[in-house]
Amino acid sequence: MRKMLAAVSRVLSGAAQKPASRVLVASRNFANDATFEIKKCDLHRLEEGPPVTTVLTREDGLKYYRMMQTVRRMELKADQLYKQKIIRGFCHLCDGQEACCVGLEAGINPTDHLITAYRAHGFTFTRGLTVREILAELTGRRGGCAKGKGGSMHMYAKNFYGGNGIVGAQVPLGAGIALACKYNGKDEICLTLYGDGAANQGQIFEAYNMAALWKLPCIFICENNRYGMGTSVERAAASTDYYKRGDFIPGLRVDGMDVLCVREATKFAASHCRSGKGPILMELQTYRYHGHSMSDPGVSYRTREEIQEVRSKSDPIMLLKDRMVNSNLASVEELKEIDVEVRKEIEDAAQFATADPEPPLEELGYHIYSNEPPFEVRGANQWIKFKSVS
Amino acid sequence: MAAVSGLVRRPLEQVSGLLRRRFHRTASAALQVTVRDAINQGMDEELERDEKVFLLGEEVAQYDGAYKVSRGLWKKYGDKRIIDTPISEMGFAGIAVGAAMAGLRPICEFMTFNFSMQAIDQVINSAAKTYYMSAGLQPVPIVFRGPNGASAGVAAQHSQCFAAWYGHCPGLKVVSPWNAEDAKGLIKSAIRDNNPVVMLENELMYGVSFEFPLEAQSKDFLIPIGKAKIERQGTHVTVVAHSRPVGHCLEAATVLSKEGIECEVINLRTIRPMDIDTIEASVMKTNHLVTVEGGWPQFGVGAEICARVMEGPAFNFLDAPAVRVTGADVPMPYAKVLEDNSVPQVKDIIFAIKKTLNI
Repeated sequence: MRKMLAAVSRVLSGAAQKPASRVLVASRNFANDATFEIKKCDLHRLEEGPPVTTVLTREDGLKYYRMMQTVRRMELKADQLYKQKIIRGFCHLCDGQEACCVGLEAGINPTDHLITAYRAHGFTFTRGLTVREILAELTGRRGGCAKGKGGSMHMYAKNFYGGNGIVGAQVPLGAGIALACKYNGKDEICLTLYGDGAANQGQIFEAYNMAALWKLPCIFICENNRYGMGTSVERAAASTDYYKRGDFIPGLRVDGMDVLCVREATKFAASHCRSGKGPILMELQTYRYHGHSMSDPGVSYRTREEIQEVRSKSDPIMLLKDRMVNSNLASVEELKEIDVEVRKEIEDAAQFATADPEPPLEELGYHIYSNEPPFEVRGANQWIKFKSVS
Repeated sequence: MAAVSGLVRRPLEQVSGLLRRRFHRTASAALQVTVRDAINQGMDEELERDEKVFLLGEEVAQYDGAYKVSRGLWKKYGDKRIIDTPISEMGFAGIAVGAAMAGLRPICEFMTFNFSMQAIDQVINSAAKTYYMSAGLQPVPIVFRGPNGASAGVAAQHSQCFAAWYGHCPGLKVVSPWNAEDAKGLIKSAIRDNNPVVMLENELMYGVSFEFPLEAQSKDFLIPIGKAKIERQGTHVTVVAHSRPVGHCLEAATVLSKEGIECEVINLRTIRPMDIDTIEASVMKTNHLVTVEGGWPQFGVGAEICARVMEGPAFNFLDAPAVRVTGADVPMPYAKVLEDNSVPQVKDIIFAIKKTLNI
């Protein structure tokens, strides 16, 4: 009955095209949940790993689908805006890696903490910011989540610490956030992400050492998309078993294209940390469709065939969709409807991001110091002064 | 708990409390405190005042500090608040910054600032710039402290002054205490400040005692960051310095006073934001300017002071070009005669002052 009313209201709100089929859709009985097999994780210094089956509820499935589709379309819209030169500078897109940000979020609480590097738009969304404020930050407008001051690599939200431009620097930061979690004693954990390229940074091993020594509740997560800019993992690392690189830190290698696998692994890792056992390492094997950034076509160091193969066999959104449809958790039409809604949301956000004005020049000097009375900041010459407000 | 902590309260305060009660009508009870103890006191008071404050660095806990600055703190506060780190500057500086982002108030000690170079990315890119990049969403309330500049016989890799390097960067505050009062007031202000503060101490000053005025003995004694202090009034020349050279300038002033030259000695106390107003007001009075620092001449603190004075109202009051006294433009040599001549000595300051006064 509820479903029928929902369908009717959708019809009346005019979002639809085929009232007849929608009513049909609404009256169909979907399963409440379904059990799926997920790939077993390779383990390092662990007796047992995450479960190999998991239950997905219809509600969660729809949520993950919508979130992944939103990230996908948002990134593609950013691509478009970049080519139109409405977005400038750096723009690192994560389409293909949606199962990572959505799956990780599904395995933790909003009160947990997360930090990543510069391929951060997906995480910015899953950690709670809107597509509007993300796109407007990319276009450098006042409505952006950092008021246009940060851009693509410097977006922040509650319990989300960016968005960091210096490769690898975010890893000790994440260990520090985990230290604060332990210090505060509230059972919170920190997810600290880095890529296969960053995995060779010395400071990461310094962070591993201290996190293990002090038993910090930190999940180190290597998002291995096989290429650090134009360098494949084989050409960069003496050992490409990133989940083992923590040495004395237990690790697991996860199928990063399967949102359920990521979710279960995250729950497992989170539980490990919360029980006071110290840090744990997760390698998510994933893939990015775009090049390293918008300045990289992404085909000089890999073949189009490889990209196409991943798209056709392992696309995370397709995998979830097939599972849901085949288990009667949702219908094709219903998911198509979500696609339409998502497209509209992205389109509206893009409109806003394009039309919103740039931040006022007066704000150039703002936010130098926190909690400080206003002072003056020098401009390009001694006569140009900007007011600085906290 | 309060009773126990009262029993172990520093004898200093008990004595000064007694003195205060007995001699409240006489001049302030003078206490001799070393710079080391002043920093120790300042940190102790802030650790006690705010649970979120903690100290991390190499040897700060069980060793009592490489230079004993954190003596007694681990015994009093334990493992949670006083943390010994492995030799991993980039790692532990990053950890400290992350902890600050998550709401704690870390004091990150570098055994010397020479080692901070390994971690400088975390200081600048992760700490200094973040409040700006996030448009005010993410403050970083952290203090980086440790000895800076020349010591004695430690040679080139252990003698660099980082005042100019850190002073260059917007988003950072940089303080440089000279005496015990400076050290206590500035460390306390730095810890309470919501921004990343770099405190450049001086190893040779740690053991030096100074008279500790009454107000400095208070638990709420703070020295405002961004305000210079006129240590000695004068009329003929403005001499501006920071850290240990302030003492040399005062010595030079004493010598010159016998010749009838009265120097106004300004203790910068803060490198960034620099108190150019105090300098300008002084120059407008004395018409002469000499800057003194331990760091290298090129692109240094003195260079910045000269540039700013040129740009401001004080320029028209200068009767001679401003003059800089700095460290020699070489990596620090080891042999004593060479080292002595690579840092500003009192005679060099006197010479420069006389030159600018055309005497």
